[in-house]
Amino acid sequence: MTEEQIKLAIENPKMSARDVKVFYGEKQAIKGVSIDVGMDHVTAFIGPSGCGKSTFLRTLNRMNDTVASARVEGEITLDGENIYAPSMDVVQLRARVGMVFQKPNPFPKSIYENIAYGPRIHGLAAGKADMDVIVEKSLRRAGLWDEVKDRLHDSGTALSGGQQQRLCIGRAIAVEPEVILMDEPCSALDPIATAKIEELIHELRGRYAIVIVTHNMQQAARVSQRTAFFHLGDLVEYGVTSDIFTNPRQERTKDYITGRYG
Amino acid sequence: MTGPAILLLLAGLGAIAWVSARARALRLQTVARATGRRDAVHSLPGYHGWYVALWTLIPAAIFLIIWVNVAPGLVTQSVLADPAAQSLPLDGFSRSAILGEARAIASGNQAGAFNPLSQGLVEPYRAALDKYGIAGAVLALVLAFAGGAFAFTRIRPDFRARTRVERLVMASLLIASLIAIITTVGIVASLLWESFRFFSMVNPIDFLFGTKWSPQSAAMGYGNDDAFGAVPLFWGTIFIGAIIAMIVAIPLGLMSAIYLTQYASPTVRKWMKPTLEMLAGVPTVVYGYFAALTIAPALRDFAVAIGIHGASSESALAAGLVMGVMIIPFVSSMADDSIAAVPQSMRDGSLAMGATTSETIRKVLIPAALPGVVGGVLLAVSRAIGETMIVVMAAGLAANLTANPFASVTTVTTQIVQLLTGDQEFDSAKTLAAFALGLVLFIVTLLLNIVALRVVKKYREAYE
Repeated sequence: MTEEQIKLAIENPKMSARDVKVFYGEKQAIKGVSIDVGMDHVTAFIGPSGCGKSTFLRTLNRMNDTVASARVEGEITLDGENIYAPSMDVVQLRARVGMVFQKPNPFPKSIYENIAYGPRIHGLAAGKADMDVIVEKSLRRAGLWDEVKDRLHDSGTALSGGQQQRLCIGRAIAVEPEVILMDEPCSALDPIATAKIEELIHELRGRYAIVIVTHNMQQAARVSQRTAFFHLGDLVEYGVTSDIFTNPRQERTKDYITGRYG
Repeated sequence: MTGPAILLLLAGLGAIAWVSARARALRLQTVARATGRRDAVHSLPGYHGWYVALWTLIPAAIFLIIWVNVAPGLVTQSVLADPAAQSLPLDGFSRSAILGEARAIASGNQAGAFNPLSQGLVEPYRAALDKYGIAGAVLALVLAFAGGAFAFTRIRPDFRARTRVERLVMASLLIASLIAIITTVGIVASLLWESFRFFSMVNPIDFLFGTKWSPQSAAMGYGNDDAFGAVPLFWGTIFIGAIIAMIVAIPLGLMSAIYLTQYASPTVRKWMKPTLEMLAGVPTVVYGYFAALTIAPALRDFAVAIGIHGASSESALAAGLVMGVMIIPFVSSMADDSIAAVPQSMRDGSLAMGATTSETIRKVLIPAALPGVVGGVLLAVSRAIGETMIVVMAAGLAANLTANPFASVTTVTTQIVQLLTGDQEFDSAKTLAAFALGLVLFIVTLLLNIVALRVVKKYREAYE
């Protein structure tokens, strides 16, 4: 860890990574990243394509496990507990660390069933009435309730792209996660839908620790309080968002932010 | 001049036409290019070569095809005009036998004559064959030259030879694809016609809804009524092909597809998938042996041992089980494609919710892949009910209307084979019944295929 990063270490971090390295076969995609993610802010990961920000995000809920050639070294903890420890159940972990993907991926089921999917798997609802409450609460938090309350049994895939993405956020919220990882959640959406998602992120802040990967620097500036700049598998700079954008300490960060490359 | 010689000569002419036309086009185009105008030259010299070569070959080839069909008639006519033909018997059958023999001797396929009359006709035949042979060859060559010359004079630097050659290529592709369609139409027409003849002897209602099938009694003169009730056959077909075979094929095929797409390592998949698909390449007659010689006796012994009455050595179960195994690759490869077509993002979405692999398969992948799987199953059913060899060898001939899987039943395809390999005259109701059965089978499989392809197509669109 560099001086900078230690200074930024957060009191009581929700998740923290120490010297995390990720390999795909022989190729090293992440070269020793240490970072703390706090409960109170939205953390943005920015950087040019292929810099490893999405790869690193996927280590936080062990989605890299589904890639046969991927190997993770180092330590990542959730509330101080190593998530790569043999005693950690990946099903439990993913219930606590939810994820929203780049392209909206609702299941080809009804809106209601999309939300009920997670609670059902984890046995969170005692009965139909209970499930109705969870579905309504999740959809309200995802800012989708008023738009879909009269057609809960229509297919989730029939919604517009932005609505689908909010449905996916609602789906993640329904299992009461502690952390929500968002992998470029707006890259497939138009500006209006993007604005709605950003607004939603503001509302969700504080209730969940949110980590968002984005290509869009304005978006990072708008929605996040902490920003991490990744380049070629390194965490180049991590700091308070306003500092990163107005007063970057590293040359590479400055070049990227001013549009020199990326 | 003999046939092969003419063909060889034509091929040579074609080659000469190609080379000379190409050379001429090249020369003209070199000159035209010197003018510097970009539109002065249209097609590559090779296209000019093909254009002239095709004009040389196609008219001559068409002529030869017609000639081969017309010439024998002309030859016979000129032989009959010969004085030696006056002594021929008037009876058509012996007349044509004598003519045929004379022809065979004249063209060198037979050494000597059995009938003295034909010996006298050999000389006139030989003369006529020579005459028309030479005439045909000369006409073909003239046509080749005329066509080639016509095309050759059209060579100009800006002549659009490429367009024309490509149009011809397209036309030949169209003809190739039409042949399959025309054949299908022909088959359907012949089925319809023969079925129509059958239904003029047997009431269609009795055929489709009657429960007594005994074409033999009709053939022995007991009348056509009540002998052609095909329901036991339809039932046997459905019982074996759509029920027993599917009870085997659907779960096994689906489960192997799930294993291969979701659990198997790439190495295992690389070996297992082709091995499984090899099952589809085993000739069905081999399955038939297996069913008749291995499975059927074992099943009968088993049924007798547990005290089931009416167990036969040719059972619906034996045929159905083996057919089910044969169908596994169809179901599994369709299911495999459908599951693999479900986007990875769907799978990731479910796993990220904390679902296990098996929950993801049961709750997301299979529901999403279901239409494709259903389409695959329908195609498999359509193949199973049209399958012949296994049921001929293992299912038996008794037209029983029974739900006992150990009993012998018969199927539509088995009966078609029986009816057509009998010694009945061709226009008897017994033989024609085969066509009516074939028509029913054709309509059912056609409908199944249409529905299945619709379902599969609709499903594919959902993810594109």
